[in-house]
Amino acid sequence: MSIKVRIPAPLQKLTGNKVEVECSGSTIRELIDNLEKDYPGLKERFYDEKGKLRRFINVYVNEEDIRFLKKDETAVKDGDEVSIIPAIAGG
Amino acid sequence: MSLRDDQIERYSRQIILPNIGGKGQEKLLAAKVLIVGAGGLGSPAALYLASAGVGTLGIVDSDSVELNNLQRQILHTTMAVGMPKVESAKQRLEALNTDIKVLPYKIRLTSENISGIIKDYDIVVDGSDNFPTRYLVNDACVLLKKPLSHGGIFRFDGQAMTILPGKSACYRCLFQDPPPPGLAPSCREAGILGAVAGVIGVIQANEVLKFILGTGELLAGRLLVFNALDPSFRIVRVPRNKDCPICGENPTITELIDYEAFCNLRQKKDK
Ligand SMILES: [Zn+2]
Repeated sequence: MSIKVRIPAPLQKLTGNKVEVECSGSTIRELIDNLEKDYPGLKERFYDEKGKLRRFINVYVNEEDIRFLKKDETAVKDGDEVSIIPAIAGG
Repeated sequence: MSLRDDQIERYSRQIILPNIGGKGQEKLLAAKVLIVGAGGLGSPAALYLASAGVGTLGIVDSDSVELNNLQRQILHTTMAVGMPKVESAKQRLEALNTDIKVLPYKIRLTSENISGIIKDYDIVVDGSDNFPTRYLVNDACVLLKKPLSHGGIFRFDGQAMTILPGKSACYRCLFQDPPPPGLAPSCREAGILGAVAGVIGVIQANEVLKFILGTGELLAGRLLVFNALDPSFRIVRVPRNKDCPICGENPTITELIDYEAFCNLRQKKDK
């Protein structure tokens, strides 16, 4: 089971500068838990202290924002591409 | 309005395009575009809009040109170091195209002054470099129903989206609130490759041109994500969020907010 995860610039410090990593899980929540095992520190970038998904970083399964699907219960399957997209301010 | 001979000559390579023609060129010359920030994004956007003959370009920037800007802010030259960016931009753009008018605003946008400035323009280009300004520009554009071309860059990443208030998702539909100061990337990390700014700034110019001409598809309801290293362009869908605090069903933001500046390279210099 392998899902490609696109890592944005602000989080690449945690993935050893990798732009794309492979991970597994059947939901986004599982995927994030598994990512945390490989790259400690990632999980808190997605969830706030209360365990809610943060509002300035989005997670997409293929082209769709999980906020409009089942949030972190959104299912993922082999071959899906998950993109993490944060707000960036540079200009 | 009919085109003069020198205008027909100057714009001939785009006038011959079926989606533009003389009519399209007249639309461009009559258009008013406000560019927020004469920096990495605003520079390429302004150059292409000016050269295409967008008749009125407003440019907002409170800074002066610094030597470390020139690596990406291609409006400005070495000679312009120390000069207000809006003045440098006006000189450069009016030299490029004598046909257009450039209106400089050497101010920092605030909740007090922004509405008075954007109200006279057809569309706004956000090329600012900080979250407080980006959310202020989004909110003001939504409240005044002004179309907005959003662009943002960070290191090797870029994003662009076009916002048609009331019709397509706004920036808060995408990212409801700015990150709190502790979670925004630190100033030191905010490096950027000039070419990345160029890619996104030119996409913003292209969006504005299509908007004025009424041709093609806009990046409305869609976020373009560029990575310079792969390199790759990806597009994700951005639906309108019914819970959006400014354009949703029950908006909680009814007046403009001045967020506290937190990660701003400018602060270092001011100390
Ligand atoms: Zn909205």
